[in-house]
Amino acid sequence: MTEQTAQTVPTASAEKQRNQWLDVWDQFKTHKGAVFGLFFLIFITLFCLAGPWIWNIDPGDLDIRNKDVRPIYTVIWDSNAKVSWARPMGTDNLGRDIMANIMQGGRISLAVGWTAMILAIVIGTAIGVTAGYFRRLDGLLMRFTDLVLALPLLPLLLVMMLLFRDPLRAAFGPEQGIFILIVTGIGITSWMQTARIVRGDVMALKEREFVLAARSIGTPARRMITRHLLPNVLSPIMVSATLGLATAIITESALSFLGLGFPSDFPTWGKILFDNVDRMTAFPERVIWPGLAISLTVLSVNYIGDGLRDALDPRIRGL
Amino acid sequence: MLDAGPTPLVRVRDLKMHFPIYAGLFRRRVGEVKAVDGVSFDVMEGETLGLVGESGCGKSTCGRAVLRLYDITSGEIAIDGREIGDVPQPRLRDMRPTMQMVFQDPQASLNPRMTVEAIIKEPLDEHTTLSETEKREKVGELMDAVGLNRKFAKRYPHAFSGGQRQRIGIARALALNPKFIVCDEPIAALDVSIQAQVVNLLEDLQEQFGLTYLFISHDLSMVRHIATRVAVMYLGKVVELAPREALYSDPLHPYTKALLSAVPEPDPALATNKERIILQGDVPSPSNPPKGCNFCTRCPAVIPICREREPDTREVKPGQFVACHLYSE
Repeated sequence: MTEQTAQTVPTASAEKQRNQWLDVWDQFKTHKGAVFGLFFLIFITLFCLAGPWIWNIDPGDLDIRNKDVRPIYTVIWDSNAKVSWARPMGTDNLGRDIMANIMQGGRISLAVGWTAMILAIVIGTAIGVTAGYFRRLDGLLMRFTDLVLALPLLPLLLVMMLLFRDPLRAAFGPEQGIFILIVTGIGITSWMQTARIVRGDVMALKEREFVLAARSIGTPARRMITRHLLPNVLSPIMVSATLGLATAIITESALSFLGLGFPSDFPTWGKILFDNVDRMTAFPERVIWPGLAISLTVLSVNYIGDGLRDALDPRIRGL
Repeated sequence: MLDAGPTPLVRVRDLKMHFPIYAGLFRRRVGEVKAVDGVSFDVMEGETLGLVGESGCGKSTCGRAVLRLYDITSGEIAIDGREIGDVPQPRLRDMRPTMQMVFQDPQASLNPRMTVEAIIKEPLDEHTTLSETEKREKVGELMDAVGLNRKFAKRYPHAFSGGQRQRIGIARALALNPKFIVCDEPIAALDVSIQAQVVNLLEDLQEQFGLTYLFISHDLSMVRHIATRVAVMYLGKVVELAPREALYSDPLHPYTKALLSAVPEPDPALATNKERIILQGDVPSPSNPPKGCNFCTRCPAVIPICREREPDTREVKPGQFVACHLYSE
């Protein structure tokens, strides 16, 4: 049969070959901010992942003689500044290399941000869709959401840290254990907004005729959700995902600042930032670099989310 | 008394669909909207039963309830000899291919995130074990059948006009070779030239595939064109059910008379002396229907018994059923 159609309508079959994801990519490319964001995200990810292989200085290495080295560009306006080509971004008050710290810190911050965000989105979407689709579970799940929403977040995280830090450390090692703890902590305290938005949208979609049409075909609930509801609530999910990544990185910083995140010799962007806040006027670069890394990552992810949302919408894609 | 002649494909008896109303602080059930309140009719194999009535009289609800898209309050529905009135939803799944639906709003009834191919293929995915290429070929055949270009298979619904979208909806309904299709005002959202195309398409498909339609509409002239028998609904009840010609030439129920007098007369000479029956007042609320006959508050020929007792449906002429006290002698 394919042969026959191929002979009769060659143009049609040639068109069919085109992958839908290519169209998505074409539309994505038209969003300049998203392309910029994508490049920056790839750059910062490579910087953090592959960087330490090239710049192989141990971020925890104390070099007291070379402490408080200013970044290399300081010589432009201050010829007496203590600079060194071996320390292009300078060192902190204990002589640790800032560039190595930002690389190492970025690994942790990005890992925590992405994992916690994905966890929050998965929980939020699952609860939102279930509450919106199954009316019987709606009251129960939304009251549970309200309950979690009403909990004060930081004290809850602090209690979690105190309760579970030691058993998790014993089970997975100090870094792994803390990572799991922080990621679950942030994940399970930030899914509520997503759940509420998704629930509302699902409830509205459920009354649309195409869902009724699917029911008249006999589509079971699980495929109704995956085929008809989830693709249509993609936009709000995408928006809360991009916001969630930012919140996760910042919450992790706040926890580290309170001394309840990663151990003190373990850098993350947030921790580098908070460690140097008190000497900010003398050494602004120590705050600017990690701050810039956080804000640019968050911004680029926001733009990517924006571009992706447009690219995934067939109406905007113009097909 | 209704089922004379050959066995009907669809047999509906005393169908009731009441929607509960919740109100107050504790969301207590304070009443119910009697959208469909005791409807009985048969649809013979291969015929088109028109279901007409004004907005809000329960036509669409009735159509959806017949397909069990709602869990009905009470009543019997038998389709193709199988009783589905009280079957739980999961067990209805294997009955679904027999009965399909074409929806009113072609924009809302197509998932904006799915391509035309995916939309028409969905019933095949759910109910057949065909391979991907076979399904694609079947989708192509269906698109040919409803007059859509196969090249458009990978496009999304928003790229089509209203008439084309309605064709997509019809192709989806046809995918599983159903016997019975409920057309829920399939032409109400289309402009007049497209209405004719879609109705003719429906007629052609009926001939080609031997379909049976329940055609819901408020457009009396279109129903006259397509239906073999017509049922008139008012406030959740069928007031008159008759063969097309009998109903249009000699309506019996006062409501049908009023409804038909509202159809515009194309001939201006005739239009001036046409007697127009204008009903007074509004349709009563379906949550609080009047005592006795539902139509007694607006009926121009009301008699005392109308406000006391609900009229029975009786066969006044062969094949013509009316629920009115005027004909109960």
